[in-house]
Amino acid sequence: MTVSTRELANNRVVEMETAASGRRARARRKRIGRAMTYVAAVLLAFWVLAPIYLITITAFSPRSIVYGYPKDLIPTEFSTETMDFFVNATGVQAALLRSLIVAVVTLVLSTIIGAPAGYAISRFVFKGRDAFRLIVLSTRAFPIVILSIPLAVTFIQWGIYDSIWSVALMHTALALPFTVLITSSIFVSVPRDLEEAALTLGCTPASAFMKVVLPLALPGLAAASIFTFVLSWNEVFAAVILTLRERTLPALILSQLNDSPIPFRFAAAWFLMAPSLVFIFVIRKYLLGLWGRVSR
Amino acid sequence: MRGQRLGWAPYALLLPTLAFLAVFFAMPMVRALGLAFRDADGGWSLSSWDTMFGDARFREAMTTTLLLIVVIIPVQFALAMAMALVINARLKFSGLWLYIYAIPLGISELAAGIIWYAIFTQQGWLNSILESVGVLDRPFIFLNYQNQGWLIFCIVMAEAWRATSIIMIILVAGLQGIPRDYFEAADVFGATAWQKVRRVTLPMLRPSVQVALILRTILAFQAFAVVLALAGSGTTVLSAEAYRWYYDIRDSQVAAAYASVILLLSIASTILFLVLLPTREEQMG
Amino acid sequence: MGTRNTGVLRLLPISRRGVIKAGAGAAAFGGLGLRGASMQVSAQDGGEVVFLSTQLGQVTEAEAMRSTILADFEGEVEFITEDLGPFNDRIAAEAQAGSGSVSLIGGQHGDFASFAADGLLMDLSDLATELQDRNFPEQYLELARYGGESLAFIPWMQATYVMAANRSALQYLPEGVDEAALQTSLTYEQLSQWIMAINEAEGPKFGLPVGEMGLYHRFLQGYAYPSFTGGLNTTFTSDAAVGMWQWLQDAWQYANPQSVNYDNLSDPLLTGEISVGWDHTARLINALRENPDNLIAFPAPRGPEGLGFLPVVAGLAIPNTSPNPEGARALIEYLTRPEVQAVTLQQVAFFPVVEGELPEDLGAGVQAEVAAVQATTSDPAALQSLLPVGLGEQGGAYNDVFKATFRAIVLDGSDDIPGVLAEQAVNLQAVLDTAGAACWTPDPASDGVCQVGSGGAATPVS
Repeated sequence: MTVSTRELANNRVVEMETAASGRRARARRKRIGRAMTYVAAVLLAFWVLAPIYLITITAFSPRSIVYGYPKDLIPTEFSTETMDFFVNATGVQAALLRSLIVAVVTLVLSTIIGAPAGYAISRFVFKGRDAFRLIVLSTRAFPIVILSIPLAVTFIQWGIYDSIWSVALMHTALALPFTVLITSSIFVSVPRDLEEAALTLGCTPASAFMKVVLPLALPGLAAASIFTFVLSWNEVFAAVILTLRERTLPALILSQLNDSPIPFRFAAAWFLMAPSLVFIFVIRKYLLGLWGRVSR
Repeated sequence: MRGQRLGWAPYALLLPTLAFLAVFFAMPMVRALGLAFRDADGGWSLSSWDTMFGDARFREAMTTTLLLIVVIIPVQFALAMAMALVINARLKFSGLWLYIYAIPLGISELAAGIIWYAIFTQQGWLNSILESVGVLDRPFIFLNYQNQGWLIFCIVMAEAWRATSIIMIILVAGLQGIPRDYFEAADVFGATAWQKVRRVTLPMLRPSVQVALILRTILAFQAFAVVLALAGSGTTVLSAEAYRWYYDIRDSQVAAAYASVILLLSIASTILFLVLLPTREEQMG
Repeated sequence: MGTRNTGVLRLLPISRRGVIKAGAGAAAFGGLGLRGASMQVSAQDGGEVVFLSTQLGQVTEAEAMRSTILADFEGEVEFITEDLGPFNDRIAAEAQAGSGSVSLIGGQHGDFASFAADGLLMDLSDLATELQDRNFPEQYLELARYGGESLAFIPWMQATYVMAANRSALQYLPEGVDEAALQTSLTYEQLSQWIMAINEAEGPKFGLPVGEMGLYHRFLQGYAYPSFTGGLNTTFTSDAAVGMWQWLQDAWQYANPQSVNYDNLSDPLLTGEISVGWDHTARLINALRENPDNLIAFPAPRGPEGLGFLPVVAGLAIPNTSPNPEGARALIEYLTRPEVQAVTLQQVAFFPVVEGELPEDLGAGVQAEVAAVQATTSDPAALQSLLPVGLGEQGGAYNDVFKATFRAIVLDGSDDIPGVLAEQAVNLQAVLDTAGAACWTPDPASDGVCQVGSGGAATPVS
């Protein structure tokens, strides 16, 4: 660090001496800066990946090693003992299936309900637009745990308490603010000119949307769906309160966590974490588009 | 503008969202708030507020919550900014860096809490590493309620790891919205890297920063799985208290009072960020 | 060995009414008729008994329950576990709705109190009569009546709390105490000397389950308070109680501060983060099973007033809204068979409530606990408490008073113990008043609501 600062300082002195060497120095400075950026990139990646590595080797070690100390950074023994126990524990597979269904229902519902609103914010200037955005965002300010309590009563009255539907409805409500904001940013990225061209060519607004906007927005919408999916996959507190037998996977894990042995907890954490490696990989190209224009 | 032509259309498009949020957010919210102002017999009362303010853990929960937010958010912004600048530097494998930095976006609080417990617990990874390199000769107890500094440090690390991605992505997207010419112009004037960040990047990023701050703060008020996993009963935060009063003590009125406090704080912080960081649009009216 | 253990497992000192002989088999066959009936009924509504329990929620326990303990039941059972909060919500909601999906509920006797008071549970007196040969402890049946006529639950299984230690810590035992003495004569004083010596050599290695879900309030209610003061609520602010808190404050210096993170002590015992600790038998069994060579179990220490201990009885009850009461009754019959009770002990370390012989092959871990529990109950100084009785919905608030007191005195290290106790006594009385609960053992019976006090003349000496 000190060396490079000194070098930089030296560079500046040299720079003042001659223009030609200044150019060289600037090039060198740029090279050093670039090298440092790589170092930063690696360090930051290490920061993110190290815990993932540690939980992975913990989850795939035999119990004796999980309980042992000090632990070896290079795994000496591979074992699926704990993971097998976790995956085959009663209810885990059924809960996994439920989690998947809830997540799919959530993403379908929230897209159907929220995408039109997102489209409206992105395409129209109307009175109350900012108020609407604020309302939508502010809904997230209320703690889910407390929200779930009155909702549980409502769901009991409707006869859908303790079903994947009640969880899916709740998750839709949680995902909706994001869906609206994210879809609006996707629609913003579809050039308005194209849509207008379609309109002048005789399309109705609806068919212009279907034929022009939707195809262009589809990849982004798909990525947004995956984001919704992840949100539902991870949500646990509403799921715990709204279900009893029809537990989703995180709810099942949370309800059994208190006094489960630590190898089981580590296996569960790994199992909950692992899909995100895949999901984020699938949508990595769209992440910026999804979240980027939320701020505008 | 063009919207006028279809005056009713935007409202029709908003309707499903508004209706859904009314049923699944507004109604339960009003009912939950109502709970906070009633006593056990259903009459109007402030007794649950008295109970809450009188509870020994209320002050601890309040200070820890605020302290965590005050510490975590700058740390996360620094980290997120570093990540965003790295990505914006267009290194080789830029897709890979973005992917890696974004991974925690999909990791739940629950999983993150367990993962960091594995690291910080007395016989955990951090002590294993520190001992093997000879820094320690006996495991150090990080998760020690008697040493709130370390406890807060551990929670901050875990939260910074888990929840920085979302800020990073908003910032990267904001950065990419800044025209390259601005940086080139800065280069021409011989600006240093730091000057470029201060004079060009940060001002241009203001809207992104604002959104990220609001979003992150609101979610931070609700987070507690990580705190619970790392601190146990060694410290507490407001949302954990709401949960405890609802689950353990079976008093949904006091739980609702806690929820109302969280709601108030969220609204207050949102307004604060809107005022402190006006975006250009708002500045111009 | 099996014979020697017969009956010893009763945590309550009850008169023995004849050791079971061929009775077990008879009971099993006696149940067949019932079961046949239930099969017919259940055939009509899917044949399933939904069994909701606050007990055996830990994943390994639930797994053992489903795959082993319930394996021989002829009907179909769906065993679900739930924390007490949601459990209460669910039963209350079903009662309110007038129909339910839960056929049978299992929980600690305190868990059922509010349901029993609200009349949400079927009277099982006739079933108890049918199951007479089980010889349930009369005191447990009395508990199940909650002061009324109707029998709210059938005893299911019982547990208690013991201490566990790593053999490596035995070298630091104070003079005059050896491994054998741990089983018979350890005092609170010796315990603190011991953990102090461990602390000097290896760091703070005493543990209590002080996590959010830990059961340390039971240590206060059933162990420390009775052992030091001979009472609980009635001696809450007594001088002896101040002495007890001083002991705890002192001992806490040698406790691993990460205790605030421990919901159970099995994990820290196995990792070596602690080497001595106190916890529920079912929460220690994991460690004792995993590492029987290095870990030992022994009774809690004794104080000036005796060896306080707290048996926990779990029962089985049928809500009025049960969709399959016949199936539920058949399941109760099944679960209380001596051989099933023995399997329950072997699998999940919950002790039988019926008389019967124990299998030889309990496994080293369970065997260690059986010995420790046996040493506790047979100790002449044994001073038995009950879980809080009649608190209903206030159970959480009651425990919270003890947790808050612990927090103020032990964690925050208040130097004004009497002041804290006086302050918390007000809260404690408020909880008891709200619940309208009379005193329970170890406090002497009271006519009206139990009065928090400083002992004095009313101090029971047992």
